[in-house]
Amino acid sequence: MGTALIDGLFVFMLAGFIGFEVIKRISPLLHTPLMSITNALDAIAVVGAIVLVGESKSTLAHILGILAVIAATSNIVGGFLITDRMLRMFKSSRPTKS
Amino acid sequence: MTTIAGSQAFIGFIYLVASGLFILALKWMNAPPTARRGILAGEIGMVLAIGGTILDLAARGKLDNFAVDYVWIFAALGIGAAIGVPLGLVQMTAVPQRTALSHAFGAFCVTLVGTAEYYLGVNGSGITPFKMSVLCCEVILGGLTVTGSLMAAGKLQEVLPQRPITYKGQNFVNLSLLAIAVIIAVYLVMHPGTPHLYPIMVGIALVFGVMLVIPIGGADMPTVISLLNSYAGLSAAAMGFVLNNKLLIIAGALDGSSGFILSVIMSKAMNRSFTNVLFGAFGQVAASTATAQEALPVKSASPEEAAGILAAASRVVVVPGYGMAVAQAQHKVRELYDQLTKKGVDVRFAIHPVAGRMPGHMNVLLAEADVPYDRLMEMDDINGDFPQTDVSLIIGANDVTNPAAKTDQSSPIYGMPVLDVEKSHTVMVIKRSMNPGFAGIDNPLYYMDQTLMLFGDAKAFVSNIVKELSGGHG
Repeated sequence: MGTALIDGLFVFMLAGFIGFEVIKRISPLLHTPLMSITNALDAIAVVGAIVLVGESKSTLAHILGILAVIAATSNIVGGFLITDRMLRMFKSSRPTKS
Repeated sequence: MTTIAGSQAFIGFIYLVASGLFILALKWMNAPPTARRGILAGEIGMVLAIGGTILDLAARGKLDNFAVDYVWIFAALGIGAAIGVPLGLVQMTAVPQRTALSHAFGAFCVTLVGTAEYYLGVNGSGITPFKMSVLCCEVILGGLTVTGSLMAAGKLQEVLPQRPITYKGQNFVNLSLLAIAVIIAVYLVMHPGTPHLYPIMVGIALVFGVMLVIPIGGADMPTVISLLNSYAGLSAAAMGFVLNNKLLIIAGALDGSSGFILSVIMSKAMNRSFTNVLFGAFGQVAASTATAQEALPVKSASPEEAAGILAAASRVVVVPGYGMAVAQAQHKVRELYDQLTKKGVDVRFAIHPVAGRMPGHMNVLLAEADVPYDRLMEMDDINGDFPQTDVSLIIGANDVTNPAAKTDQSSPIYGMPVLDVEKSHTVMVIKRSMNPGFAGIDNPLYYMDQTLMLFGDAKAFVSNIVKELSGGHG
């Protein structure tokens, strides 16, 4: 368990730094779609919920897992959908190179 | 044995690819031309991760002889998708409350999984202190994000009162609640086998979320939404530690840092610290200083006069605020932009970071009205251009143009970065009346010599200007 904690902390720290560097560069123009896409990506928590439902080790875990899968999936579908709708609206006045 | 190792390597590899795609998704989000590629990367990563997880379950089910409940997995995925579609199709003005709601859903998922893991552990093989401590982080952060985000969504949707609700000793009550939750968490880490304490801890976290958002007013929502975004991400990362799932840790860390950066930007844009937003209750201060001065002379103008001045200008900056969106005037503003551009006037939009109800909201509203995004300027990029600007047209914005923020130390918004509109040759302000705005702070800009007040509904007034520009002149 000790190595798992350290491994996890390494990953967390590196991902945190990458997050800071990548997100700092994102234009304020796109901060709203940024929030909706990180929301969709965050719903990757669904994989933990899917395992709970699939294994159904107890009735409680099964029911909580089902509710969790529903909540996360609605974020995935809704989050990607609205991000795409927003980004499609951003048009430049300059002709785009084709 | 080899098959177990093989299965673990398989799912590990899938998660690795998905992590890479998630990072690329955010990298490509940096500018509009590549941003939609970012969505595709995110979607592929998501499908890979979900598909891989189900395949991995199937493999483990065969190996360990348990029946995988595919029916409920796919049923839940289907129901979730059915709920997600309408949430993805809301109006652009409703995006802030949709976002708050989705923070609640994300945190709800995390809290439920944490709870299930706790009871599985307690009733099964037991929980190590390490797992219990990250699990407590997961459900406390998750729980307060669920109710806090629901409160925020309710305030934004205006089903709950937007005015801050405060009472004596509020901060003491809130901090005590948090302290009790943390003390229970510490006790649970030392004695995981006390399951009656667990629901109490979760309950306190849920109550704390409500109490945290009650005193926060509508004007502070951009910061609060960003902060809740960060909490939702951190709770997901904590869940990654509980499940020893690195993909979750990475996604949670990315979301957490994104929310954190956005809340820092929002707080800076309002010249306030996190603690001030959370514990300050802004509206109280503001209400007491309103009504200080009244009945100063202002100059007003008609749509015809405004149209004449705009047509004669060579550089115009439009300053939109949330009032423009409330009046649904953004499409008329686009028509105004088209008319003036046709006449050779250079029209740009000055976007203050807190214009709108969440970070970047105003840009989305204007993009929806087909205003080209390269005409939307950030505050720091356009502030130096105001002295060369002939006309600044302020539509539905107030505090972000208030010069008192720079000069009047007694003003509640003193120190807040504002747009330097008063430096332009002419300032025109579309406003319903002289009543102070949302935050209740008087704006000396309205009494300046170069300022013309255009009294009326934003949508009607702008459309009258457009009519004048398209008809009167040629």
